[in-house]
Amino acid sequence: MSIQRREFLATIGGGALAGLAGCSAVTGGQQAQPGVAGETLTLTTTTSTYDTGLLDALNAPFEDMYGVTVDSVAQGTGAALETARAGDSDVVMVHARSLEDEFMQGGYGINRRDLMFNDFVIVGPEGDPAGIEDMSSAAEAFATIAEAEAPFVSRGDNSGTHTKELVVWDEAGVEPGGAWYQETGQGMGAVLNIAHEQGAYTLSDRGTYLSQRSEIDVGILVQGPIGGGPELLANPYGIIAVNPAVHPDVNYDLAMAYIGYVTSPQGQDVIEGYRANGEQLFFPRALSEDPDFQQYVPEGWSSDAGDS
Amino acid sequence: MPLEALGAAGLPIAVGLPAAAGLPFESVYLRSIVAVSLYVSVTAVVLSTVVSLPIAVALGFSDFPGRRFLAAVITTGMGFPSVVVGLLVLFAVSNQGPLGTFDLVFTREAMIVSQFVLATPPITAISLAAIGGVGTDVRDAARVLGGTKVDVALVTLKEARYGIATAILAGFGRAISEVGSVLIVGGNIAGSDGVSKTRTLTTAIQLEARQGRYDTALVLGAVLVVLVLIVNAVVVRIGDEGVMQ
Repeated sequence: MSIQRREFLATIGGGALAGLAGCSAVTGGQQAQPGVAGETLTLTTTTSTYDTGLLDALNAPFEDMYGVTVDSVAQGTGAALETARAGDSDVVMVHARSLEDEFMQGGYGINRRDLMFNDFVIVGPEGDPAGIEDMSSAAEAFATIAEAEAPFVSRGDNSGTHTKELVVWDEAGVEPGGAWYQETGQGMGAVLNIAHEQGAYTLSDRGTYLSQRSEIDVGILVQGPIGGGPELLANPYGIIAVNPAVHPDVNYDLAMAYIGYVTSPQGQDVIEGYRANGEQLFFPRALSEDPDFQQYVPEGWSSDAGDS
Repeated sequence: MPLEALGAAGLPIAVGLPAAAGLPFESVYLRSIVAVSLYVSVTAVVLSTVVSLPIAVALGFSDFPGRRFLAAVITTGMGFPSVVVGLLVLFAVSNQGPLGTFDLVFTREAMIVSQFVLATPPITAISLAAIGGVGTDVRDAARVLGGTKVDVALVTLKEARYGIATAILAGFGRAISEVGSVLIVGGNIAGSDGVSKTRTLTTAIQLEARQGRYDTALVLGAVLVVLVLIVNAVVVRIGDEGVMQ
């Protein structure tokens, strides 16, 4: 992650090489070590990628390939980007395009790529007191919940899921608040548990819901696009390197190697093939024969329009 | 490296437990988080003790204006919220912070710093109370017998050893059971091979609870309680052996 550590390692490496110099004459030549070996990449990401176990499956082949360590810090999208803003991480994997765009427009992030997607689902108690089941519009479902003042549990933590929830409330034309609306400030798993215990509605990413489904009595009432539901509930993940011009001591080379790996056919295969409880949780989106320039720039940005 | 040694120390509890309890993780995972927990908390408490005892002795043996105020400040520090300490330490060690050049964010060293800050007030305050509790007759006797200032201090420390052991245990208890600051400055990192880098028992419990796996969280909680019991027993034992000498 930093120059200091690299220098430290270089010093140790140099010492080791000097010590080994005598041996190499005997063994007949030194083995070439890639320059990045032994370095550490700090990845800040969301709880959904970590808690579902995807990151462990994704990172192990990368660590083997480069001889490096990936430190994954699961924080939620807002906090992950904030950590990167301070220069404390090298690469971010998050799922809130508006926050990602802000991050890039601030000059903190570069080389954004679309990585993968899944979707959000609106879940609720079995009786469905508000009557939102199978609605084709997420905004309509939210408006109905608000009208019925049925209990709703919000993440309330500036995470990607929370950001999406606010977008849906906005579309529904509702300013959520009141006794029926609870902001918890907790992770997705904890919020699903609260919804289960209180018979409340909530918005969940499909992956976390599936991994917890067997333990809770809340069911999917409105599907996301993967289940044929509204496009508004799409949940795209992006990956962005921290700008080394802003934070010179980030490990930019390794961050780009990581982005290269996760968006490569190999990395995308790992995402495609990853199963939790027999279900596919994430769908690869980095590879396409057709150009998709929007993934590199803030949404709606155009060079003709100047600054967006 | 002391971490491996601590891992070996935690081995008797940790080995076989996952298999026995049917837990969804391997013993190497549990061993490594026990090792990180012990390494961070023990190091922090040792450093805290080294700093706290001289302060307690100096305060206990002197009288100056503001002494009571200083003692009150230290006592207040016992109630300092760990999350706030975590945030302050994060700002200090962050890339942009005053200690940014040392690259301490998301390392065990940063966790030691925050636990040091948390453990020092209780150790100082309780040691101070213990030293104050040693009768002036003991000090006078030491002085009459021709002891230097250092001798008198040592005698007082020896008399107050149980109170000081309590102080150290209180500091250790605060350090090892604390979750807010180590989560913020350590990042709760475990590698893809299941080996903890900055994940402690408390942050692992938080991680399990976040995902609604309360049974696993409870088992980890039981491991933590057993660990604290063992450390308490060891410290009390050391105190007793000190008496015999």
